[in-house]
Amino acid sequence: MLTNYIKIAWKVLLRHPFYTFITLFGITLTLTVLMVVTSFLDHLFGAHYPEEKRSRSLYIATLIQTDSANTTMSSGPASFEFLKKYAKTLKTAERVSVMNNFGFSNAYVNGKRIKLNTKYTDVEFWSVTDFEFLEGKPYDETNIRNADHVAVITDALRDQYFGFDGESVVGKTIDIENINYRVIGVVKGSPPTRVYTYSDVYFPYTAPKSNYEEKGMRGRFVAIVLAKNPADLPAIQAEFDSHIARIPRSEYSDNNRFNVLIVKADTYFDHFLSMFTRSDKDRIALYAIVGLVLLMIMGLPAVNLVNVNVSRILERASEIGVRKAFGAPAKALLWQFIIENIFITFIGGAFALILTFAVIQFINASGWIAYADLTINLPVFLISILVCLVFGLLSGVLPAFRMSRLKIAEALKV
Amino acid sequence: MIKLQNVEKVYRTSSIETLALNNINIDVKKGEFVSIMGPSGCGKSTLLNIIGLLDAPSKGQIEIDGSPVERYTDKHLAELRNRKLGFIFQSFHLINDLSVIDNVEIPLLYRNTSAKQRRELAQEALEKVGLSNRMKHFPKQLSGGQKQRVAIARAIVGKPEIILADEPTGNLDSAMGNEILGILQKLNTDGATIVMVTHDEAMAKKTDRLIRLFDGTQVS
Repeated sequence: MLTNYIKIAWKVLLRHPFYTFITLFGITLTLTVLMVVTSFLDHLFGAHYPEEKRSRSLYIATLIQTDSANTTMSSGPASFEFLKKYAKTLKTAERVSVMNNFGFSNAYVNGKRIKLNTKYTDVEFWSVTDFEFLEGKPYDETNIRNADHVAVITDALRDQYFGFDGESVVGKTIDIENINYRVIGVVKGSPPTRVYTYSDVYFPYTAPKSNYEEKGMRGRFVAIVLAKNPADLPAIQAEFDSHIARIPRSEYSDNNRFNVLIVKADTYFDHFLSMFTRSDKDRIALYAIVGLVLLMIMGLPAVNLVNVNVSRILERASEIGVRKAFGAPAKALLWQFIIENIFITFIGGAFALILTFAVIQFINASGWIAYADLTINLPVFLISILVCLVFGLLSGVLPAFRMSRLKIAEALKV
Repeated sequence: MIKLQNVEKVYRTSSIETLALNNINIDVKKGEFVSIMGPSGCGKSTLLNIIGLLDAPSKGQIEIDGSPVERYTDKHLAELRNRKLGFIFQSFHLINDLSVIDNVEIPLLYRNTSAKQRRELAQEALEKVGLSNRMKHFPKQLSGGQKQRVAIARAIVGKPEIILADEPTGNLDSAMGNEILGILQKLNTDGATIVMVTHDEAMAKKTDRLIRLFDGTQVS
């Protein structure tokens, strides 16, 4: 049965090459856009270098102080002290790393300024993340304790600052804002889209200018909590919530301005969403908007395809009449035309996959996003297949329904 | 086998009402070869469509093999057409995109028949019409007579009890027409009940019984 349908679909495609070209062009373009978007979303939210353990990581990045009427609000990263007290003490977690949100600095080479992103981290940072050390090693507890002026730099900074001549830079000195740091490691850099791990240079949090000793709840630090396995995440979240619930109001009320403290240990995706949505209602609205946009992206070309398909029903009328005369129920015909449409969509999907591959190679090579690593991996591929199916169904159901409802006697007259 | 009582068919548009069939009463016995004759536009094909459950009458009753079909759902009608009826059309209505054997297999697609069994039954049907050497050909590569033989193979592949033929020789020369009629006669001898629409008197005379229509009314 399926072979019969696919044979027909293939022949229909070959019947009018120009029509086929237009149809496939539309499908391919639409699916390429969706696949590139999927790949980009995977780049943003998926588990990739150097945050390959995202599936078992929680992010504590925002502390919100507000009142119950939501009239006043203050939000931002937490202080090192706060995270040390409430996050580092989590018993259900495997490891907890604290690092500053982001920082900027300058270095000079031959009078030329190099703008730097800086990050102050603890030792756990190198265990929670998966940085690849090209040279040297990360700093350790001794470096932290001694507040050593040491730094781990990225390969890009190494090449910019020292000039890459194949010689090891470990042990060499880098001058940042008039402080000399000894380079103890060189890592492969990461894309700036991974905001909590991206930097050009990494210092122990006890190094100068980290402000880790700032008092109060708010500061410039965030935490990544690593679970032994993803199933432990709810337990860690519950433990963290209980830590937060025990904080006395006097600590966050700020002279009675606030009576509500919100700090969550969220998965990366939830944390990202919480930047835009405060309540479940907001979140549903956001999903609805995103869904609508996706539907529009798929829907408009699908409607066009529906029109083309419907206008070509008459060409297939005799076939529909014959199939019905010989006992095809409307449902079988409905499926036939849907399967045909999905088959055509999948051909478009195959072209789209090739085109997407080319586009993401181009994006990766273009330098628009440093260290961009957009890929077509298994999740992206599976989502792409799902997108093809949805598009095939979306553009196929209405024409199929119209075709299956044709009256036999009339269809055979054509 | 086929019983029509007081069947009427009216085509209505917003401004006009056309009576295509008026008070038709037919009783075709099992194993009969009946022809329906009449001038062009007298309602022959409409009648055959109604007998074949391809169209519904405006009034009257139809019984196929003793069962009244008025209350049958679309699904039941489709099943009845698939099991009991086989159609042969004047313009063949073969699907040009499918090979001869794939065309013949069509009625079996809507039954629980395995691909292997479908192929075997289709080959058998093509052998009966003498076209087993054209299985891989496509309709456009065949002559009119060959196309009609493929259509007959398709009509008989599911071994239906009733074959309905709408001017099966209308698009063929007389030699080819006689050949097709010969195949139909053979099928009738093998037990099939056949109702054939024709406007060819000579063809009609070779069948068991003749029903004449004139302006939608049964005249004999």
